Amino acid sequence: MITIVMGSFQSLPDDHQYRTLSQKTGFSLEQIAILHNRFKQLSQNEETLRRDDLKTIQDLESNPIRSQIIEAFFDSRNFQKDVVGSVEEIGFEEFLTVMSYFRAPPQHITEEQREEIRRAKLRFLFNMHDTDNDGTITLEEYRHVVEELLSRSGALGRETAKGIADAAMLEVASISVGPMAPDEFYEGITFEHFLKILNGVEIETRMNIHFLNMDATVLCK
Amino acid sequence: MSVRKRRIYIDYCGMFILVLGLLVGSLMPLGGAASSPDTGTGHGGSHGNKNPGNGTTYSKKPFPVLSFDYEHVRLPFEISLWVLLASLMKLGFHLIPRVSSIVPESCLLIVVGLLVGGLIKMVGEDPPVLESKIFFFYLLPPIILDAGYFMPIRQFTENLGTILMFAVVGTLWNSFFVGGLLYGVCQLEGHKLAYVDLLSCLLFGSIISAVDPVAVLAVFEEIHINELLHILVFGESLLNDAVTVVLYHLFEEYSSVGSITFMDVFLGIVCFLVVSLGGIVVGAIYGILAAFTSRFTSHTRVIEPLFVFVYSYMAYLSAEVFHLSGIMALIACGAVMRPYVEANISHKSHTTIKYFLKMWSSVSDTLIFIFLGVSTVAGPHQWNWTFVVATVIFCLVARVLGVVGLTFVINKFRIVKLTSKDQFIIAYGGLRGAIAFSLVYLLNPKHFPMRNMFLTAIITVIFFTVFVQGMTIRPLVDLLAVKKKQETKRSINEEIHTQFLDHLLTGIEDICGHYGHHHWKDKLNRFNKKYVKKCLIAGERSKEPQLIAFYHKMEMKQAIELVESGGGAKLPSALPSTVSMQNIQPKKPSQDRALPQLSKAREEEIRKILRTNLQRTRQRLRSYNRHTLIADPYEDGWNEMLLKRKKMKELEKKMNNYLTVPAPPPDSPTITRARLASDPQAWGLKSVTESIPTIKVDLASPQSPESVNVVDEFSKKGSQPKEEEGGLTMKVPSPAKQRKDKTPDEEPQQRLMRCLSDPGPAPEEIQPLRSCSGCALHI
Repeated sequence: MITIVMGSFQSLPDDHQYRTLSQKTGFSLEQIAILHNRFKQLSQNEETLRRDDLKTIQDLESNPIRSQIIEAFFDSRNFQKDVVGSVEEIGFEEFLTVMSYFRAPPQHITEEQREEIRRAKLRFLFNMHDTDNDGTITLEEYRHVVEELLSRSGALGRETAKGIADAAMLEVASISVGPMAPDEFYEGITFEHFLKILNGVEIETRMNIHFLNMDATVLCK
Repeated sequence: MSVRKRRIYIDYCGMFILVLGLLVGSLMPLGGAASSPDTGTGHGGSHGNKNPGNGTTYSKKPFPVLSFDYEHVRLPFEISLWVLLASLMKLGFHLIPRVSSIVPESCLLIVVGLLVGGLIKMVGEDPPVLESKIFFFYLLPPIILDAGYFMPIRQFTENLGTILMFAVVGTLWNSFFVGGLLYGVCQLEGHKLAYVDLLSCLLFGSIISAVDPVAVLAVFEEIHINELLHILVFGESLLNDAVTVVLYHLFEEYSSVGSITFMDVFLGIVCFLVVSLGGIVVGAIYGILAAFTSRFTSHTRVIEPLFVFVYSYMAYLSAEVFHLSGIMALIACGAVMRPYVEANISHKSHTTIKYFLKMWSSVSDTLIFIFLGVSTVAGPHQWNWTFVVATVIFCLVARVLGVVGLTFVINKFRIVKLTSKDQFIIAYGGLRGAIAFSLVYLLNPKHFPMRNMFLTAIITVIFFTVFVQGMTIRPLVDLLAVKKKQETKRSINEEIHTQFLDHLLTGIEDICGHYGHHHWKDKLNRFNKKYVKKCLIAGERSKEPQLIAFYHKMEMKQAIELVESGGGAKLPSALPSTVSMQNIQPKKPSQDRALPQLSKAREEEIRKILRTNLQRTRQRLRSYNRHTLIADPYEDGWNEMLLKRKKMKELEKKMNNYLTVPAPPPDSPTITRARLASDPQAWGLKSVTESIPTIKVDLASPQSPESVNVVDEFSKKGSQPKEEEGGLTMKVPSPAKQRKDKTPDEEPQQRLMRCLSDPGPAPEEIQPLRSCSGCALHI
């Protein structure tokens, strides 16, 4: 369901810039304009956005994985190829690039394109889990993920988080690697294994949000 | 065909013919008796059941030793016979594998109904007709409740907009298109059909345009289509009930008057909103009541399923009192109560509810189709080529146009667009069924002189959709390579990531600044968690987050499967052991290690001690038989510990199983211990020699669980070992003592143990597992 409230459609300040962005990310010009407004609102009309700006969003307070979401925006791997590390502030282009991971795939695409989009989205998720940028999700990192998910559930969450993470890790290992001798060690979930275990989840259709084409009254909180 | 199979067929046929004969026979001589009260001419040929009462004189007769009084039990007897016939038919179809894969069950059942009806007519009696009251009050609710209770809420709410569009706008379009065009045809046709007026045609259109949930379920269940399409067609068939109810009543009311004003149309729209929303509200109220009641049933588990059924049925009937949509009430009731009731009721009640619902809906479904066949033979028909053919064609055309047009509009708003393959399946899957038939049957012949013609036309359409479309949809699905349902089990990784995605998408929506689908869903979930769950779920489980609930459910399922399979003589074939905990735990010493590294000498000592004590234990155990093991679990502390250890081993073996797809090899100690569960004599231990140092971590490894469990007994129970037990507990003081010294390190060990052994939020959860291990011991 979407809420469409007609607002004023602002004229595009920098048409050429928007067009290049549109080509790069795939958003339409109207969507870019709306997101730019939001960006300006969050960054208080500055050119760059910082972590603290995102932390001011009130609705995010109750989100258990808040810090990871915010981190994802400042993670270089998500907007630049082959660069690791995180940055302190991002511009609108990076903001838009991160947002583009949540765009729905267009209707008429080939299988390879669909697979590519799927890989890109899963890569985003992978990067969110792999906090130390070493290319694998270790047991500790996975435990952290589950703990964060259950962080609102008090003591019960903390106790079982470990068990759940362990069970999940074992499952990944058994699906990806198969039988292992007792002295072998499973380093961590690589990206390929990650793809394998999430084969059943249709990421390309689920990891999307609806970007509005018309300016809603921006609900800033 | 093998001899055994042939025998099965022969036995089955014999039984079936017997039942069929009984049925026809019961209708035969006493059909006359039944109809005679109606004739009212008092022809006393009531087959000598009564004495024509002379009153005073009473001649003495010999005492009747054996008498035949069929009228007495007539009604329940006939009903039971019909149900029996239906169930036998269902059995029969699955004995003939080839037929059931080509022809859907519904078709076969209609054919059977035709045959039975024909038989009865041949005998000279009136075949019974599918009375609308029986249909709407007894046959339809179980099917709808089954559908509503097990409705996949997630997909349903995600596609709710689309479903509503198809249900409301689609049905309206269909009704008016078919009704209008039929009226045109009737006018054009001239002499025979001129008496059919516009309102009657519209009424007919509204009845026939509703997609039928029973037929859709019956056909779609067999083709295993992907979930999206299934929920779209099925959801549409459920939600269009409100539209059908309103249109039906509207046109029925005013057809006698002859015209409709604009006011009536407006009131009709208001009525539609009232009917649908009212139905949902009534259902939701009863659902909440049922959930609330289930909070208190922890002491009377046996009647838990009854509450679910009765509250739902009451919801249906209450909605029918006000002429609201009963189907929507049932769906709302089932969907609302389910998450809360399932958190409260026992596992056995859950199974009972599931099986009862499936059984009733299955029987209902079968009966409906058989009766459709019988009614076809029975019902008064009036065949009119033009009308019937026109109806069939217009229905098809209307459906296709409607789906295509609506999809065009809907795709503008959907993230995941509907492809043309999807559209084809949606259009093709619009089957009509018994609801339409019953609605026509309800029409009053005085007001609607063309009722018989309508009946004939409806039956033709139903037959066409069920036979032609039902039979061809499966090869078409294969031909078009439509995505099928994925049969994979839900894994813990998928569950984690589903939750993760939900939160992620909500967060991104918040950052984007607009309140979309995920935001509202998240708000609803939080409201649910904060207020509703506290009211409706008993005890500790109200605070259990979904991920943990899922995890516990999986563990429970695994444990039960394990116990059920592990007790028998047959064991899964030897497969190499797969991943266990030590494979993923980091090798470098982390602070999780509770034990220091033991020296080699110490290791040897421990091994020797364990070996000797285990041998002694073996001797001890030989003196127990399985009955005393269960009979006095608390009398002897040793017994309790043994049971507990068995349970933990099973859990641990379950962890092994769960985490690894194949089972551990049959000669591993885990399996032998499972064998112990059924036969205490078979305690053949593998040597407990390997890998003692990794006591703490090696929980799921098949090699040395005994040592671990010994230690675990300590951590879990923390009790002092008894002197006279000797055995395992006493003679391994050193590692235990060392561990006791390191209490902070014990914590992670305990936690890990507890995690793996499913603490559950409430201690009563252990109970079902305990009873299962009891079951295993008795196998």
